Amino acid sequence: MKLSLKVNGKKIEKEVDDNTLLVSFIRENLNLTGTHVGCDTSQCGSCVVHVNGKSVKSCAMFAVDANGSEVTTIEGLEKDGKLHPVQESFKKHHGLQCGYCTPGMVMSSIDLLKSHKNPTEEEIRKGLEGNICRCTGYQNIVASVKGAIGKV
Amino acid sequence: MIGSKVERKEDKKFLTGKGRYTADITLHNQSYAVFIRSPHARAKIKGIDTAKAKKASGVIDVLTGKDLADDKIGGLIAGWKIVSKDGTDMKCPAHPALATDTVNYVGDHVALVIAESLQEAKDAADLVNVDYKVLKAVANTGDAMNAEAIHEGIDKNLCFDWELGDKAKVDEAFSSADKVVEMDIVNNRLVPNAMEPRASIGDYNSSSDELTLYTTSQNPHLSRLVMSAFNALHPEHKFRIVAPDVGGGFGSKIYPYSEDVVIAWAAKRLQRPVKWVCERTESFLSDCHGRDHITKAAVAVKSDGTVTGLKVDTIANLGGYASLFATVTPTYLYGPLVLGLYNIPAAYCNVKAVYTNTAPVDAYRGAGRPEATYLIERIMDKAAKEMGMDRAEFRKKNFIKQFPHQQCLVHNIDSGDYDAHFDKALNLADYAGFEKRKAESAAKGKLRGIGFSTYIEACGIAPSAAVMSLGAGVGLWESAEIRFNPTGNISVFTGTHSHGQGHDTTFAQIVSDKLGVPVENIEIVHGDTDKGPFGMGTYGSRSLAVGGSAISKACDKIVEKGKAVAANMLEAKPEDIEFKDGEFIVPNTNKKKTMGEIAFACYLPGTYGEIKSPLPEGMEPGLKETAFYDPVNFSFPAGSHICEVEIDPTTGETKVDTYTCVDDFGNLINPMIVEGQIHGGLAQGIGQALYENAYYDETGQLVTASYMDYCMPRADNFPEFRIDYTCTPATSNPLGVKGCGEAGAIASPPAVMNAVVDAIGTEVTMPATAEKVWRALKDKKSAQKKAA
Repeated sequence: MKLSLKVNGKKIEKEVDDNTLLVSFIRENLNLTGTHVGCDTSQCGSCVVHVNGKSVKSCAMFAVDANGSEVTTIEGLEKDGKLHPVQESFKKHHGLQCGYCTPGMVMSSIDLLKSHKNPTEEEIRKGLEGNICRCTGYQNIVASVKGAIGKV
Repeated sequence: MIGSKVERKEDKKFLTGKGRYTADITLHNQSYAVFIRSPHARAKIKGIDTAKAKKASGVIDVLTGKDLADDKIGGLIAGWKIVSKDGTDMKCPAHPALATDTVNYVGDHVALVIAESLQEAKDAADLVNVDYKVLKAVANTGDAMNAEAIHEGIDKNLCFDWELGDKAKVDEAFSSADKVVEMDIVNNRLVPNAMEPRASIGDYNSSSDELTLYTTSQNPHLSRLVMSAFNALHPEHKFRIVAPDVGGGFGSKIYPYSEDVVIAWAAKRLQRPVKWVCERTESFLSDCHGRDHITKAAVAVKSDGTVTGLKVDTIANLGGYASLFATVTPTYLYGPLVLGLYNIPAAYCNVKAVYTNTAPVDAYRGAGRPEATYLIERIMDKAAKEMGMDRAEFRKKNFIKQFPHQQCLVHNIDSGDYDAHFDKALNLADYAGFEKRKAESAAKGKLRGIGFSTYIEACGIAPSAAVMSLGAGVGLWESAEIRFNPTGNISVFTGTHSHGQGHDTTFAQIVSDKLGVPVENIEIVHGDTDKGPFGMGTYGSRSLAVGGSAISKACDKIVEKGKAVAANMLEAKPEDIEFKDGEFIVPNTNKKKTMGEIAFACYLPGTYGEIKSPLPEGMEPGLKETAFYDPVNFSFPAGSHICEVEIDPTTGETKVDTYTCVDDFGNLINPMIVEGQIHGGLAQGIGQALYENAYYDETGQLVTASYMDYCMPRADNFPEFRIDYTCTPATSNPLGVKGCGEAGAIASPPAVMNAVVDAIGTEVTMPATAEKVWRALKDKKSAQKKAA
């Protein structure tokens, strides 16, 4: 079907198959390769994007179901050459190593900080439970989220 | 710069989605490949019918092991020769990149379907009909030697029966011991699980005969060497391997896999780019796994608590074939380390490596050293308890106190201070307050336990002469090239590979300090065999100790040339020139040249008009130096870790309440990056202790082949780790560094398990899941009832 949606503020109209996953549409049709695929069971969270401001595992949604919505990917966070405060905080607190889970982790963290204005450490750890990182042991990811409290 | 928490230069691209991993690369006219894999653990291939698949929509070709053999592409190799105790060489089966006669594990490679789109390749894969005669699988490590041989001519499924140490001396120690403590130890099988699944893209240019392979590798040069020399895929000078951004490795991407060989070959054969990206379940089935040991160990102890002997008898599972570094992992990376950081005068270690119908097992974060540390730290705990001694005091009594120290097995440890990090850890963890905390937990109905783990690693892998004398097929030096550009900024080429370790920053800090150039003017280049000099890649905590030392050595050569140029320009003698903070100075004068001026001058050698050439007569123009560094010894990081757990006896659930570590990594270049390495290692080690397990059933099916079944640790599984350091610089390299990447994964499993066993008062194997702990407590209770 013909899909019409906004991605990172840009209007997109494209023909897609009904069975195309949102993550495949983002990576292959739009060449936005910052959204990653880390598993095939919707467990790892590497593919998290925002659909209408809420974090979504884009491997668990068909592209056609995003028709008419506003999608933000990791590429859409930087504004006027300035990193988003959560991106900035990940850099400052060494919240990433190999970088593969990072886009999903950043997108989930932003949603977490929108829904919890002043989260406790426990709430942060519980809130990131849907994202797997193999490098950082999560400690500096938690520190990065803490460091961005009040800035989102 | 050295010693500073410099923010990482590489972060911005990853944070903005601009990282470029192999799966992100799309080549013009690329085709898509899907592997047909064996669904059986062990079977004979009676026939492969590809006719229907070849006719399917979009299919370009379907390739089998026969095609590979027709093109004379060689099989995969084991790169480290181990000699059995009877003097015979290890026995390795043929390991074709695509199976021809037999398959030996679920996921083994049978055929390749290449199509115009991924969907068409997947659809056609269902049409390939492989006729298997299913055979009885050997899936269990402990039973392998008594089962039917899975490879022709390899009796008892035994690759080697290796020994290390003085058996007679150990027997003597045991016969004169006041107490002998024995223990059965299982080190569970793990799946490395780098978050980026493996991927390969082959691209062949027929007009220039150049073959390029983009792949997820920790070690592109070695992969090229192996694929050129052993697989006869393509001549090395016409073969380029690019390992772009790589999303974690942990050992699982050190060596070329069947997929690398097959994809590169297919691209050359079809004269078209071929792309393959692994799915997660494929990854579980076909990435090399880690650990999988069964061990019987014993220590001989004197009545005062002195350990006088250690005996180790291990069966190590190699899986279906011997992977590239599989044979060194349970031998030289394991055997010498079973002594831990204790002064034990006699030890004997016997390792039998067996083949089973499971995925190949190779190096995984720590490789051999976690298995060694788990063994010695579990049995030291048990021995202390049986001797009625405090576990901390028992350890301290047996620590090595003097350095350098020649261990009774292999290693000569140059530096360390084991009491220093142990005492610091005891204070930081408030060992003195443990009983009070235990009482508080008990009041809540919880069981609290404390566990200690001390460890030593052999890192900075490795002195070439030493490892080659032990069977390594290659030397393990490292290379570096410092290339000044005329405007004074620098490109640094390293043979190591960064896939999360932060080399772009750490290495730039070294060069910045050595040459006085700001880090933003230094670019670290790695991961492309067409760019830098031949290197040996990243593993074994070697990048900084060996690769960083090569960079340091190349910087020294730059300074030496710079001094000669400065002397000529400043009309002084080279030996009088001092180099400090980026300036060449003639002492006691105001005469000086900056590093940038010297670099520029080196590229402008001519004399014109009144201006004299800046270069001394006969000196080559340009400013570029290469260095190869071969370490004189391993480096020996060590440390002390203390874990406290709280267990709910009604559910068996274990919570890691506190985790404290004090490590001695020698000098630290970037403490922020070092901390990150510790955190990640700890998470993997705690994961092994409490959550992770690769489980094959008796038919050889991997039951835990997805994130729904294999428990990956999440953010809410951990407390905030407490980290501190001591420092005794390494004497084996010019930076005084020891390596930090593997320590967390090495030290933490025994720290956690000693705490769990302390809490519940009975043995349990890894992973100590809620169910296992609950059952162990139940069994303990009924045994107590019976006894009463």
